[in-house]
Amino acid sequence: MSILEYNGAAIIAMAGKDCVGIACDTRLGAQAQTVACDFRKVFKMSDKIFVGLAGLATDVLTMQNLLKFRQNLYELREDRELTPKVFSNVLSNLLYEKRFGPYFIEPVVAGLDENNQPFLSGMDLIGAPVYTDDFVVTGTATANMYGMCETLYKKDMEPDQLFETLSQALLASLDRDALSGWGATVHIITKDGVTSRELKGRMD
Amino acid sequence: MDSVFGVEYDGGVIIASDQNNARSILTYQTNLDKVAELSSHSAMGVSGPNADLVNFSQYISKNLALYELSNNGLKLSPHAQANFTRGELATALRKGPYQVNIMLGGYDTIKNQASLYWLDHLAAMAKVNYGAQGYASSFCLSIMDRDWKEGLNQEQAVAIVEKCIKELQVRFLIAQPNFIIKAIDKDGVNTLSFGADPADN
Repeated sequence: MSILEYNGAAIIAMAGKDCVGIACDTRLGAQAQTVACDFRKVFKMSDKIFVGLAGLATDVLTMQNLLKFRQNLYELREDRELTPKVFSNVLSNLLYEKRFGPYFIEPVVAGLDENNQPFLSGMDLIGAPVYTDDFVVTGTATANMYGMCETLYKKDMEPDQLFETLSQALLASLDRDALSGWGATVHIITKDGVTSRELKGRMD
Repeated sequence: MDSVFGVEYDGGVIIASDQNNARSILTYQTNLDKVAELSSHSAMGVSGPNADLVNFSQYISKNLALYELSNNGLKLSPHAQANFTRGELATALRKGPYQVNIMLGGYDTIKNQASLYWLDHLAAMAKVNYGAQGYASSFCLSIMDRDWKEGLNQEQAVAIVEKCIKELQVRFLIAQPNFIIKAIDKDGVNTLSFGADPADN
């Protein structure tokens, strides 16, 4: 039993035409037992930056607070907003600080940069980043999610189509994973705002 | 081996726990109060080794009292208390962890709303309508899943808790003859019933 698989999670972030989407399941479990069905793992850091934190729930909550703290510090010192690339670097730095006693989370960052172009990055638990232009996945169902995304993804999807693709990819993946599921939330981020929707899925 | 559970109802929350204090094959006492009162309108049921149980619950309740003393009587809401408790557990996790699993219930006197939080020893936290810690969860969660609904009153919530207690006493391997049940509502923390008086020496 890996410590990263104790609570269960499934998160996908996907890029579209001038938009990004990020979706997560909402299960909180203690191994086989389900404790809550409204534990969201995707957090809004700003209108243009969302972060998804998969892994040990205690570290998800701790990291959420730490990230907000570091973001506030940056914005107070620099008197400007964080961009997704810099935010991703801050997160990577935070994780590597604990190189020999890490936070057990594997995050993804999704956002729109200064030109409202999509930005995606994924990281391991010690902050090693990967930057992609199509999708990033993390959690306990990554094998399922990679397969679904690779099959369903197309370049330059409009927001509505991105929502459909992201939702179907996530739902199909978490239906085959015991540790994730019990509800899902999807956020679509465009330069005009964020649309958040709850998905109706199998509650098992 | 402690059983701790909580049920939220319209206007309050019930926290219940067994009263056993045991280690290995020996029972030290059967009248222990494991539902620690944190403030005037909140309490937490704690399961785990007695040392951590007592130490941690006193640490939290004294710190909450200090906050009130230091801030002209300003009280922390149950949401704030739960997050403070989680923060302390999380900080201690990588230094010297408290091996406690908690159900924290409180009544917000400003918003006039009750809330119940599930916290485990790793400092994961979830706001729930009902929940249980320990082996009790295997027996009681399905009962609560079936019987709980929005808008319960206190009698109905207590009925669910008593159903859970009966189930444990019939089917749980470890004998837990005594349970203590506390309710938190707009009037504060009230002990509704106990199997054995914690004040007896």
